[in-house]
Amino acid sequence: MPSLKSLSAVSPLTLRLVAECPVSKARACDLALPHCVVPTPVFMPVGTQGTLKGITSDQLEDLGCNICLGNTYHLGMRPGPALIEKASGLHGFMNWRRNLLTDSGGFQMVSLVELSEVTEEGVKFKSPYGGNEILLTPEKSIEIQNSLGSDIMMQLDDVVSSTVTGPRVEEAMRRSVRWLDRCMAANQNPEKQNLFAIIQGGLSLELRKTCLDEMTKRDVPGFAIGGLSGGEEKDDFWKMVSLSTDHLPRHKPRYLMGVGYAVDLVVCVALGCDMFDCVFPTRTARFGSALVPWGSLQVKHKQFAKDFKPIDPDCTCPTCQRHSRAYLHALFKNDTAAMHHVTIHNISYQLTLMRSVRQSIIDGRFPDFVKTFMKKMFPSSDKYPGWAVDALRSVNITLDQH
Amino acid sequence: MKLELTRVVQGGYRVGVLREVGRAAHTSMEVPGCLLYTRCGAVPHLTHDTLRTLSPLPPVTQLTLSTVAEHREVLEEYKDGFKKFAGLHDTALYCSLHDPVTPYPAGHITNKTVSVWGSGGRIELTVARFMALQKALRPDLYQSMADGETWQGDATSRKRIRKSVDRTLAHLDECLLIHHQTPELQGAEVLGVVEGGDSLEERVRSAKETAKRPVGGFCLDGFQTGCMERSLRTRLIAAVARELPEDKPRLLQGVGRPDEVVACVEAGVDLFESFFPFQVTERGCALTFDLDLSPDTERAVLELGEEKEETWESEQSGEVLLEDQAQTMTPFEMDLKDTKYRDDLTPLVDGCGCYCCTNHQRAYLHHLLVTNELLAGVLLMLHNTAQYNSFFRALREALANDKLEFFKKRVLSRKRVGHKEAKE
Repeated sequence: MPSLKSLSAVSPLTLRLVAECPVSKARACDLALPHCVVPTPVFMPVGTQGTLKGITSDQLEDLGCNICLGNTYHLGMRPGPALIEKASGLHGFMNWRRNLLTDSGGFQMVSLVELSEVTEEGVKFKSPYGGNEILLTPEKSIEIQNSLGSDIMMQLDDVVSSTVTGPRVEEAMRRSVRWLDRCMAANQNPEKQNLFAIIQGGLSLELRKTCLDEMTKRDVPGFAIGGLSGGEEKDDFWKMVSLSTDHLPRHKPRYLMGVGYAVDLVVCVALGCDMFDCVFPTRTARFGSALVPWGSLQVKHKQFAKDFKPIDPDCTCPTCQRHSRAYLHALFKNDTAAMHHVTIHNISYQLTLMRSVRQSIIDGRFPDFVKTFMKKMFPSSDKYPGWAVDALRSVNITLDQH
Repeated sequence: MKLELTRVVQGGYRVGVLREVGRAAHTSMEVPGCLLYTRCGAVPHLTHDTLRTLSPLPPVTQLTLSTVAEHREVLEEYKDGFKKFAGLHDTALYCSLHDPVTPYPAGHITNKTVSVWGSGGRIELTVARFMALQKALRPDLYQSMADGETWQGDATSRKRIRKSVDRTLAHLDECLLIHHQTPELQGAEVLGVVEGGDSLEERVRSAKETAKRPVGGFCLDGFQTGCMERSLRTRLIAAVARELPEDKPRLLQGVGRPDEVVACVEAGVDLFESFFPFQVTERGCALTFDLDLSPDTERAVLELGEEKEETWESEQSGEVLLEDQAQTMTPFEMDLKDTKYRDDLTPLVDGCGCYCCTNHQRAYLHHLLVTNELLAGVLLMLHNTAQYNSFFRALREALANDKLEFFKKRVLSRKRVGHKEAKE
């Protein structure tokens, strides 16, 4: 690990554009962060409580993961920032040698805690452990994230559900801008920890644009597109994403929060996003759902009991190299190791998909990659989701009929 | 299969190497030793990646019929045996009847059948079905079908015990007959099962009769932790051992606690199942053996011997109900859920070379346990398996060097854990 001195001499983040797709908005970059360089586009697995669902940090590293997430809300509650700081930050506590991104803690409060109230000061909620009232301010969120020592911290934003309309959306957007300033002022480690802004504004093109104008005036190392992936119409979703990437600075990373389905990933790369996270691949694995180029495979289904092929014969992950669908099917009845096998496969699937996307951008054949990908994913072109067809057409990729 | 003994203490323990384990001609394992416990071929919580961080691993893997019986059709269709099916290369496979960790209901045994319980419920096995399973599994060695129910009831009658011995011998004869007619099982070894409950007379009869059959070794059944007083168990095992040929291995089922293992080794047992580290893991605990048996520690321990004399065993009786013993935390463990480990940034066991101890700290394990994270099971299973293997390695070394008494004082002393904590 570089010494503190050498780190403070350089910016904690640099983005090098490796290649840009001449057709769409897709780009391949090298994102240099304090712990290592992250080739983008990148999928970031979510390790909510300082661990990635039964996978060791060595296994995650062996899969080629260069950055994963921790959740500030959960870690702030248990084990608490003081202990993590004592353990040399979240990196030391969970023994992870590569990069970490932490969220602000605000989203979990809105999604997990019923009793939360948002004021200009911050988010007020009742602790699920003990019931006492806690106020999470932008300053507090950054203080906790400073203790966690993540390579990328997220600002506290005022999150409203993407299906909410009316004046609350504008209020939340404007408050998020004010909270960004407070977060920037509160960051004690700007030379080691990057603070990302989060673009809000619901599903209104106008509000999004206002937010983009305001936030891009600030000197932050990167931007996230927030407030999406919460049950809104996909037609609205992709337009918000595309508007954002149109106005975000080219030389800074763009992180689309909460997106992780394969089709969404490929389309949003075409729209110009660099970073993604989602709990879906790891969560669905624990229910026996393995991700494959043609969708998913339910290992627990009876039809696989006598299927002696690996999950995906073309997959090179440790699970597919050693085990068959039939064995995993049998193991699911006996031990949690079955979940770990599918979790490994699914993380590998996500990371491999993003590596292939990147390589196709570098090779100048990204539009062809997208077409082939969609062909494999859907049995026929009339099954293509309309929003994906539209979104891709908006960046000059027209899918073939088959 | 050949058992080469390098040291035999008359009426007591044996040290040696078991070579050519069944069909696995290149596999040998040192005795006394333990197998590698699995469910459906997987060490609980572990994938191949995590398992291979442990080295060396026990060379013989245990599979229980209760975790695979429901997959018979699948395995018959697969044709290449269970090892290949489960991706278990480089190991010998031993197949036993019941899962030593999961209790099963009594009262389902008939003259011709025994039952195992899988995830889908009870599966009744005749000898023919039992052997069809073995044919599909193709283990290197396996336990013969047995009526081992005598240890479950409170007061099993003498008549019932006699019946279990008779049935088990009849099953063995039938198994052997089919075994020799099954090409898929050529080269595999059958372990005969010694029953007899708590009756010395029936134990001796079972041992004598089983020893007359062409078996590769012996399973000692009905001695499970919690089913009889320890002193009675060691007496019975010693009596059984006297009736068994010296050149064949004896595997004891259902005993895994370190103090009980040592007592049973002294009574003449060679092999143990290794479900104990799994039980420790499931209660959120970590094994903490102090296996430093260097001459310096030997001097120190022997000098302090007077006050450390008291072993756990001598005080145990009466404290914990017999039937609860298998579930109770032993003095060789630390309970990582305890809040005193919340801020503890030291490894589980100083000097332990396992993946968990070289990479993680007690506070992290505590955190994983209180947040119910799956990684807790993975890391604890790695650590506990490593510790248990080291325990057996140290035990063998102590036996080979005539240092058993020192080993017992050092490793089994009940005060040791307390001592170490106090120092910190």
